[in-house]
Amino acid sequence: MNKIYKNAAEAIFDIQDDSILMLGGFGLCGIPENCISALVQKGVKGLTCISNNAGVDDFGIGLMLKTRQVKKMISSYVGENAEFERQLLSGELEVELTPQGTLAERIRAAGAGIPAFFTPTGYGTEIANGKEIRDFDGRMYVMEKALHADFAIVKAWKGDKHGNLIFKGTARNFNPMMAQAGKITIAEVEELVEPGELDPNNIHVPGIYVQRIFQGADYEKRIEQRTFLKKI
Amino acid sequence: MALDKFGIAKRIAQELKDGYYVNLGIGIPTLVANYIPEGMDVFLQSENGLLGMGPFPVEEDIDADLINAGKQTVTMLPGASLFSSAESFEMIRGGHVDLTVLGAMEVSQNGDIANWKIPGKMVKGMGGAMDLVASAKNIIVAMMHTDKAGNSKLLNQCTLPLTGTSCIKRVITDLGFFEIKENAFHLLERAPGVSEDEIKSKTLGKLIIPAGGTREMIL
Repeated sequence: MNKIYKNAAEAIFDIQDDSILMLGGFGLCGIPENCISALVQKGVKGLTCISNNAGVDDFGIGLMLKTRQVKKMISSYVGENAEFERQLLSGELEVELTPQGTLAERIRAAGAGIPAFFTPTGYGTEIANGKEIRDFDGRMYVMEKALHADFAIVKAWKGDKHGNLIFKGTARNFNPMMAQAGKITIAEVEELVEPGELDPNNIHVPGIYVQRIFQGADYEKRIEQRTFLKKI
Repeated sequence: MALDKFGIAKRIAQELKDGYYVNLGIGIPTLVANYIPEGMDVFLQSENGLLGMGPFPVEEDIDADLINAGKQTVTMLPGASLFSSAESFEMIRGGHVDLTVLGAMEVSQNGDIANWKIPGKMVKGMGGAMDLVASAKNIIVAMMHTDKAGNSKLLNQCTLPLTGTSCIKRVITDLGFFEIKENAFHLLERAPGVSEDEIKSKTLGKLIIPAGGTREMIL
């Protein structure tokens, strides 16, 4: 068994036009920078991207929007991106807005073998339009369906050659559920180590979910809102 | 005089209790963190996967892998924990968060809230707002009483697309503290120096002022 790929370009070699992709990250935190660059290089088009956000104009998924590779976004919040707005208003880009918790759970459900679930989120709002509504013990719930993808592309802090992953800080976010949900999951890591080097007690994503892994390079880790306290 | 955003945050902080797990939304709600009473343990939940959020870091401690839901760099307090977005919303939907504070564009007298979309304007998305209002038992809306044009944001019925229905029980504005029950806004406290008449004139929804009058907030 070999899950190790040399770099992002090799790991995404078979991603075709019109694929459905999941991309981990919250804002620009924990995004698969290397794979996004490789997808831009490869030039695949007509992509459906499932990701909480859509990056900023010149970083993250914003780079793929600029090159018009994205046909549809499934996200919870897509502000902070002027090119996104332009494409949306001109009809070039389709967007499905999903409440953040529902998005996370739809992804989790796909990886966990649950086809649909009922949530109180969005009941009585336009998000519930056309969806099955059911009363459980006097409260109303909306049926939401699992969200599947051809490829899940995630970013972890450390990973081993069996695909076990560990995240750092809030860079975990959507990455673990996406790793479970992808038909093929590609993990890029800041540090790729030998099996046995990661403490089994502290694995966040067991390697069973990860089909491909590679050591990423040149992480920029851009910060959207650089907030800090002035020293007195 | 009406409260400013800091005054609103200060009054909301008086609703905190020792041991509370609290989710603070973006804007005025975020300011509440500055007024947590000394010696009180309050754990801030950030829906991108952090419980036990601390203040902003000093510049040399900035970590790109540690942000809040507003994408700002933050710190962790001793005893903090980290988790995925799915687990974060399990906490929220599962009713484990003791208090949620969020902003709004409109609130109606039956507790509906609208805070994510204005028709004709670019929609940025609801983020976690719909999940937060769907299950929380204890939500405080923090907002200005009127919009920039002077129109009441406390209404009979929301005019904007809803974020959640019949979910808001308390509203704190620059003019007062209101409880929503029996299809009306019940004035509990006035902002210092604000008259009942001023509140009446700026509230479009059904307003109930207790027969014995109301007290001023103590900040």
